[in-house]
Amino acid sequence: MYMLVAGGGKVGANVARALVERGHEVTLIEQDRERFEQLEAELGPVVLLGDATEIRTLEQAGIARPPDLVAAVTGDDEDNIVIAQIAREGYGIAKVVARVNDPRNQQHFDLLGITQTMCATSSLLGMVEHEIPEHGLVTLLELRREGLLLVEVEIPGSSPAAGKRVAGLALPTGSRLVSVMRGGVAEMAVGETVIRPGDQVVAIIKPGVQDGLRRALAG
Amino acid sequence: MNAVVIGCGRVGSRVALHLAGEGWDVTCVDEDGNALGRLGNWRGGFVVGHGMDIDILVEAGAPEADAVVVATDGDNSNLVIGQVIQRRWTPKCVVVRVQDPARADFYAERGLRTVCPTQTTATTMLDAVRACDATPRGVAT
Repeated sequence: MYMLVAGGGKVGANVARALVERGHEVTLIEQDRERFEQLEAELGPVVLLGDATEIRTLEQAGIARPPDLVAAVTGDDEDNIVIAQIAREGYGIAKVVARVNDPRNQQHFDLLGITQTMCATSSLLGMVEHEIPEHGLVTLLELRREGLLLVEVEIPGSSPAAGKRVAGLALPTGSRLVSVMRGGVAEMAVGETVIRPGDQVVAIIKPGVQDGLRRALAG
Repeated sequence: MNAVVIGCGRVGSRVALHLAGEGWDVTCVDEDGNALGRLGNWRGGFVVGHGMDIDILVEAGAPEADAVVVATDGDNSNLVIGQVIQRRWTPKCVVVRVQDPARADFYAERGLRTVCPTQTTATTMLDAVRACDATPRGVAT
């Protein structure tokens, strides 16, 4: 497969190196000459010096072939949005992934139709939340295209759901329990499953029902 | 009529001053508070902050603006800010400065009103050269 990686910072360089090791054909675009020389010394002719937001540079990198995948992973969100738009809308590349540096810019990526995004800060924050169960509800996975979220709740002793069967719970519309983990063992949540304090319950929900689910399961 | 000018450098400040002179209510946005100095005795609005920040755009009145001019020194920032404003609030007019002619054309083809100073300058200079009383060698007069 042919992969085009825009941005040769830590993320781009590591991604490019890993893709080369997996046997893919890769072009890595880096605009800073000093950094480019450093990368070229390590990765060889895979690296191209230039501004990846310039159409000329992208064409030099073979965007018209087109690549099977374009990864816009520079340290600048505006650049990543422009690269992703040129790749998708200008060259019809279906698989474009973009890095979000500042989580506050996620909404701009979403608004401009760049659906495959990755934000390290948001992921880390998600992990922090996961480690602090007092927060109540942890997002495990966001299914952007489907418009669904996979969330986890730890059942406190004071939960209104404790001791009740799943079928008897007053869950908000747009939510469904998936599994219940107790003592390190997960079981699928069915109508007969009884919720106990200390259980870790995974639910699939529509965005916006977080508060309702939290009230129903955590109180 | 309300206008928001994002990026109050040489170009943005001139546009803001002209619009204000024509009777528009103008608010400028710039990361640097000192940019206010370019506006002289300014009676319009001025917000210090980045155009990618939705709170700043709201504070500057972008949701109610009839016209938005995006002229920061970054092409890609201008392209993203311009598109975000156009999609979110659909003002009648969004004008975006893009120095790179290729990107200016690419986004113009997709419905963004781009202005490319590089192209404009080249055209103006060519016209100036052609207007001189000089002809290239080998061309019959």
